[in-house]
Amino acid sequence: MFDTLGDKLQATLADVLLEADVNFKVVKGFTDSVKERALGADVVGQLNPGQQVVKIVSDELTELLGGAARDLAFASRPPTVVVMAGLQGSGKTTATAKLARYLREQRNSSVAVAACDVRRPAAVEQLIKVGAQAGATVYEQGTDADPVKIAAWAHDQAVSEGKDVLIIDTGGRLHVDQELMAELAAINKAVKPHDVLLVVDAMTGQDAVAVAEQFAEVTNFDGVVMTKLDGDARGGAALSVKAITGKPILFASTGEKLDQFERFHPDRMAQRILGMGDVMTLVEKAQDAYDDERAAELERKLRKQEFGLDDFLEQMRQVRRLGPLQSLLGMIPGLGNELRGVKIDEADFDRLQAIILSMTPEERRHPELIKGSRRIRIARGSGTNVQAVKALIKQFEQMRKVMRQVAQGRMPDLGALMRGAR
Amino acid sequence: MAREWSELFILDGGAPAPAASEPEERRVGRFRRLRENLRKTRQALTSEIRSTLFEDLSEETWERLEEALIYADVGAATTAKVVEQLEREATAGTLTGGEALTDRLVQLLAEIARTGDDRIDIRPHPTVILVAGVNGTGKTTTIGKLAWHLRQELDRSVVIGAADTFRAAGIEQLQVWAERAGADFVARSAGADPGAVAYDAIEAGRRDGADVVIIDTAGRLHTQHDLMAELEKVHRVISKQIPDAPHETLLTVDATTGQNGLRQARLFSEAVSVSGLVLTKLDGTAKGGIALAIAHELGIPVKLIGVGEQLEDLRPFEPAEFAHALLEA
Repeated sequence: MFDTLGDKLQATLADVLLEADVNFKVVKGFTDSVKERALGADVVGQLNPGQQVVKIVSDELTELLGGAARDLAFASRPPTVVVMAGLQGSGKTTATAKLARYLREQRNSSVAVAACDVRRPAAVEQLIKVGAQAGATVYEQGTDADPVKIAAWAHDQAVSEGKDVLIIDTGGRLHVDQELMAELAAINKAVKPHDVLLVVDAMTGQDAVAVAEQFAEVTNFDGVVMTKLDGDARGGAALSVKAITGKPILFASTGEKLDQFERFHPDRMAQRILGMGDVMTLVEKAQDAYDDERAAELERKLRKQEFGLDDFLEQMRQVRRLGPLQSLLGMIPGLGNELRGVKIDEADFDRLQAIILSMTPEERRHPELIKGSRRIRIARGSGTNVQAVKALIKQFEQMRKVMRQVAQGRMPDLGALMRGAR
Repeated sequence: MAREWSELFILDGGAPAPAASEPEERRVGRFRRLRENLRKTRQALTSEIRSTLFEDLSEETWERLEEALIYADVGAATTAKVVEQLEREATAGTLTGGEALTDRLVQLLAEIARTGDDRIDIRPHPTVILVAGVNGTGKTTTIGKLAWHLRQELDRSVVIGAADTFRAAGIEQLQVWAERAGADFVARSAGADPGAVAYDAIEAGRRDGADVVIIDTAGRLHTQHDLMAELEKVHRVISKQIPDAPHETLLTVDATTGQNGLRQARLFSEAVSVSGLVLTKLDGTAKGGIALAIAHELGIPVKLIGVGEQLEDLRPFEPAEFAHALLEA
């Protein structure tokens, strides 16, 4: 029976990851290890197998995506030289300017950028503009010079002008274009970069692996910049590239503006790849396979009103652990539209928590006790008001209804829940 | 087997205006790369699919076929449909032998790819073509190539409107392409209202009796509501000027795009009713299978494919050829 559950989970997880564009090979390896861990943890015997599975999956994903965030390798003697490489349209020029701005802001570095994309029309003009916006010195020689020579010249300039960092923007190239890949290798040879960064579009599909493998072979790149993360792509390419090449993902580019650039957070990416909608599917699958007896017990508990506010609080904490609520909601299929423009206030959760913690254990188990003076005491204790306490109890009743549905193996109506929470 | 340009376009009076005929030698040079690609495709098919995949049918056969399609970014739903159908026919005994199965597979894939009207009607004067898409998918490059082909193959006069006023140096980039293609170019300054640029371009096209007006737009993510609203506005401005326009709204989709391509196509279509796709960057190793999913689920046909950085590297889409290439190892 455990094996059946394992296979079922594995298949569901594989679907989830493929839908997120994680490469096929990577999916196989990953789901194998999750299955092993899930079975080892004896998930089935737990009170809440769905959340257990989700935790195992997201822990594994986070670990595979890179553990703790990493930084650039800075040169002991400046300038630190960074080469940006990638396919056409992945966002190299924009990422070059963003990184320049980021280093100026974060490290107070003097930064220069070099325009070595001489092939795409107006790429040099683009870098001149965005480089200036980023507060970087732009080294360029127009479009007639050889990119390798421009890079070497820019390096000399950076040394003589005492720049802390030189970022070299290169032209987009296909990983199968031998001539251009050789040119990239020549640029690296000329400037001996401390970091070569591969720029990868978050929307990339299965091909991400072929691209990363080729660029790794030619440039032995040191890290990855994921771009266009402000879209709704699940970004499985991040996992593929990391798993296949072992190179860390350093930065995430999250918008059109130059300051929308940040250190990469593996935990957030893991949640994004999983997707809230799919997390619910996983929960449901695990719940499906849930021991009937235990389900019946939970149901009995719910029916007998033994599901108290302590359990409610625990549920809320579980949900919050999954990530910022606003972005989670956006990822729920079918819910995105409905909730567009609805602002979810994270502080609301802190308030709810404060209210619950101001109750006695007895009150938490039996919220129906909370009337009149008890309500006033709780409101005072939590620094809220009576209306807020009332609203919470109402919300709890709704949550209890949802829990009952889950216990019966049905999907909770999340939309209704959120509308109730507003 | 590839479609000719004249087959892609719907023209006045049936036969296309013959372009100045070019020396055979150049023609051979131009299509050399494509022919080589096709030959590679066929060889790969012969060695990969025909000899091994359908050798003896088992559960593994279908799994491997699923893998191949997933690898090509076709997506779960469309893959399942194709594999189920083929498996059903094979089990029913209507198909026997590797060759018959391969042919049927290619046929099934091509049928899905062939959806709606996959031609471009350029009979209106001027025909207005709006080009939209996510950042970095190749809008500007596509417009340059399309203008060049309209001039070279069909002897049409083209005006290009630079309504991408957002991207730094976006106007300059398009201007270079317009010059290469021999098209007239209409622009305002950076940061100008895109709708106003579209308006100007169409006015210029009407005034000068141009055959085709192509409007470039800024790259935008389909999730950016304000930018999608701006695109809708450009569309409205065009429709006000010429009621049936834009006669063609092309969405560029990068062949390396994964399952998010479906979302892109859906949301762009909701905003400006996309009439066709341009599948770009097919010269890499990506197969562009997402186009099949888009055709299957949204009924939007691919009309053009981009296969390189040169002016001639834009081709009319050919479903059977695409289907073959999807299965290439």
